[in-house]
Amino acid sequence: MDFQPTEERRMLADMIGKFIQNDYPLNARLAAGTSALGYCPEAYSTMAQLGLIGALFDEEVGGFGGSGFDIATVFTELGKGLVLEPLNDTALATGYILAQTDQLKLVEQIILGQKRVALGLIENGADYDWGAPETLARQSGAEWHVSGVKTCVKFAHGADAIIVSAQTPSAPGISLFLIEASTAGLAEHPFQTVDGGNACEITLHNTPAQLLGVEGAAYPLIDAAAARATLALCAEALGLMERIKDMTIDYMRTRKQFGSVLGKFQALQHRVAQMLLEIEQAKSAVINAANDLQAPSDERNRAISAAKYSIGRIGCAVAEEAIQLHGGIGMTWEYDLGHFAKRLVMIDHEWGDQDDHLMRFAQS
Amino acid sequence: MDLNLTEADQAFRQEVIEFLNAELPADISRRVHADLPVSKEDTEFWHAVLHKRGWLTYNWPKSFGGVGWSPVQQFIFEEECAAAGAPRILPFGLKMLAPVLMAFGSKEQQEQWLPRMCDGTDWWCQGYSEPGSGSDLASLKTTAVKQVDHYVINGQKTWTTLGQYANMIFCLVRTDSDCKPQAGISFILVDLATPGIEMRPIRTLDGGQEVNEVFFTDVRVPVANLVGEENKGWNYAKYLLAHERNGIANVGISGQKLARLKRLSLTQKRGGKPLADDPLFAARLARLEIELRNLETTNLRVLDGFSKGAGPGPESSMLKIIGSELEQNFDDLTRRALGRQAQAHTPEVFEPGYNGPQVAPQDMANQSAAYFNKRKVSIYGGSNEIQKNIITKMILGL
Repeated sequence: MDFQPTEERRMLADMIGKFIQNDYPLNARLAAGTSALGYCPEAYSTMAQLGLIGALFDEEVGGFGGSGFDIATVFTELGKGLVLEPLNDTALATGYILAQTDQLKLVEQIILGQKRVALGLIENGADYDWGAPETLARQSGAEWHVSGVKTCVKFAHGADAIIVSAQTPSAPGISLFLIEASTAGLAEHPFQTVDGGNACEITLHNTPAQLLGVEGAAYPLIDAAAARATLALCAEALGLMERIKDMTIDYMRTRKQFGSVLGKFQALQHRVAQMLLEIEQAKSAVINAANDLQAPSDERNRAISAAKYSIGRIGCAVAEEAIQLHGGIGMTWEYDLGHFAKRLVMIDHEWGDQDDHLMRFAQS
Repeated sequence: MDLNLTEADQAFRQEVIEFLNAELPADISRRVHADLPVSKEDTEFWHAVLHKRGWLTYNWPKSFGGVGWSPVQQFIFEEECAAAGAPRILPFGLKMLAPVLMAFGSKEQQEQWLPRMCDGTDWWCQGYSEPGSGSDLASLKTTAVKQVDHYVINGQKTWTTLGQYANMIFCLVRTDSDCKPQAGISFILVDLATPGIEMRPIRTLDGGQEVNEVFFTDVRVPVANLVGEENKGWNYAKYLLAHERNGIANVGISGQKLARLKRLSLTQKRGGKPLADDPLFAARLARLEIELRNLETTNLRVLDGFSKGAGPGPESSMLKIIGSELEQNFDDLTRRALGRQAQAHTPEVFEPGYNGPQVAPQDMANQSAAYFNKRKVSIYGGSNEIQKNIITKMILGL
C-alpha cells in the first residue's frame, strides 16, 4: 500500500496550482460565471494546452492518464481554485463515451480543447435517475432521428455537440446518440446556475442523430461515464473543502472578539476539530473511489456511491459550518468563502445527492 | 391543561383569514411565497393596510395603541399571515425600537416617534454591529461626544438591514471609554438625512442587496435624541433581546414551508416515483414536522408564561436558536426536494410577461438563493453561539 502520489501526479498538481495562482483569479471566474457562455474559453483552451484534459484519458485514446487517481488529482486542484471551466461537463464523461464508441477523432479534439461535447441524460430535473429516458429515437433507412426534452444539460450552450440518451422502438435498453449543435430540430434554452456557469434545456424534434455504439446496449457505458464524472465531482468538492478549511482556520487565528482570537474559544475549537476530521473522512472516500474506478462495475459503483454520499453529507455540513464560524463576513459576496460554499452545496445536486447514493449503496 | 383552541380563538382565526383574503394582493403574496425580496413600496403598502385595521401594532400593550390580543391570538395572527404570504412586519421600528421607547423613552419621544413608525412616516433601521464588533457587540467603537446641545458621532456601523430604504436609524454608541465596555454605551436616534452619513450597500453571497454599511463623520445629533440615560444603552439593548419573543421562533413561516414541502413532495419525482414515497426524504420531512410541532408548543408556553408575568429568562434565546435552525432546515430540505432544479438561478421567470421554460417548479426558482440567504438567521440578532452563552449564563449562575 502506498498513499504517496506519484511524481508525475505531484507535478501535475503543482502545475495546476500555479496556473490558478497566476492566470485564474477569482474575480475573473465570477465574471465568466455570469457571462453568456458561463465559462472562460481562453482559460479552457489554456488548460487543454497544459494537458489537463489529456490527463483524464488513457494513452490508447490519445491521453496520458485516465486512471481514477489522475482524475482525482486534476479535479481536486481545480476545486481548490474554484475553477468553473467545464472539464467535467463537456470533456470527461462525453470523451469517455466517445472513446468507447470509436470516435477517436472527436476525442482528440476534446483533449486539445478544440471541441466540447455536452451530456444530456436528465429529463425530469427533480430526479437523479439517468437510467430511464423517455426521449425516443427512430430509425428510417440509415438515419436516426431523436425527439424529446433534456434538462439541466450543463454547459451545453456553445458546445459543439451533445450526447443524449434515448430509447428505441426495436431494442429494450438505452441507446446513446451524438448530435451536432447546429443540427436542425435542436433548440436550446440556456439558464444560469446558482454556483456560476450555465446549463440548458434542450428540445429535440425529429433531430438527425448518430447512434453511438450498439443500439440498446448503452447502459454500462453511461454507468462507467457517470462513475468518472461523479469521482471528478467528489475530488472537486474535496479541493473546495481544503480551501474552506484553510480560510476558516485563518479566520479562527486572526479574528478577535472578547479580547482574544476566536480560536481560543473551546466551543469553537471543537467545531473546527469536527470539521477537520470530517474532511479527512471525505478525503478517504475520494481515495477509495479513485482506487476502485477500474474495478468491476458493482464494486466500482459501491465506492463511487460511498464517496458521493460522504461528499454530499460532509460538503453541505462544511459549507454551512464555515459560514456560521465566520459570521456575517461569510455571508458576503466580497469574501471568497460564500462562492466556495455555493459550489460545494451544489455538487450535492449533480449525479445524485447524498440520499440518492446512500440508497444506491444500500441496495447494491 | 388544554391545548385546544377556544371557540373565540377559532372565530378570531376566521376573522384574520377573511381579512387577509380581502386585503392581501395576489402579486405580493406570490412574491413572498416564492421567497423573493419584498419591495419598499409593497412593505409600506402592507403596513398601511394593517395600520388601517389597527393590527400593525398587534403586539404592543393596549396603553400604547395595541389591540390587546392574547398570546394565542398573536400567535394565530402570525401563523395566518405567514400562510397567506403576507410581507413580514418590519421589526426594526415596531418590534425593536418601540419596546425600548415604551420602557425607557421620554413621554415626548414616545409621542414623537411611535405614531410616525405606524403611519409610515419613518422607516427605521438598526445601527448595532460594527466591523470589529460582531458577537462582541459591547466592544463597539463608534463614539458620540457631547457638545452642549448635540452629540457628535464618528464611526462605522455594519449589517444594517434595509438601511437603503430607511430615513431613521437607532444606534448604540460609545459615550464613555474609561469604564467596563458595557457601561459606556448609549442608545441614540439619528436622522439619516443628517450631514456626514454615508450608506453603502453590501452584496450578499446570494447576489442580493439587503444589508449595508453606515459611515458617520462628525454627525451632529440633538441631545433630545438620546433614549433614557447616557451610558445605559447596553441595558436597553439587553432588555430588548430578552423581551423579543413575538415571531422570533418563526413558527408560522416554518409551518408554511412545511405545507409547501408536502405539496412539492407529491409532484417532484425521485426514481420515477413521487418524492413523498422516498423513505429517506419522508424521514427528513417527518423529523422537521415533529420539531415544528414541539416548537409550536414551546413557543406558546413561553408566550403564555410572559403574559402571566414570568421572565425575562433565557426563553427568547431558546426560541431564537430552535426557530432559526428549524427555518434553515426547511430551506435545506426544500433545496433537496428540487434535485437538479435547485441549480437553476433564473430570476427572469418572475418577470412580468415571461413565457420561456420553467426549470424549477412554479414559484420555486429562488429557493437555492433563499437557502444561502437564510444562513444569516443563525448569525444575525445575536448569533446562536451568543444565544447559547446567554442561556448558560442565566442557568448556570457562575
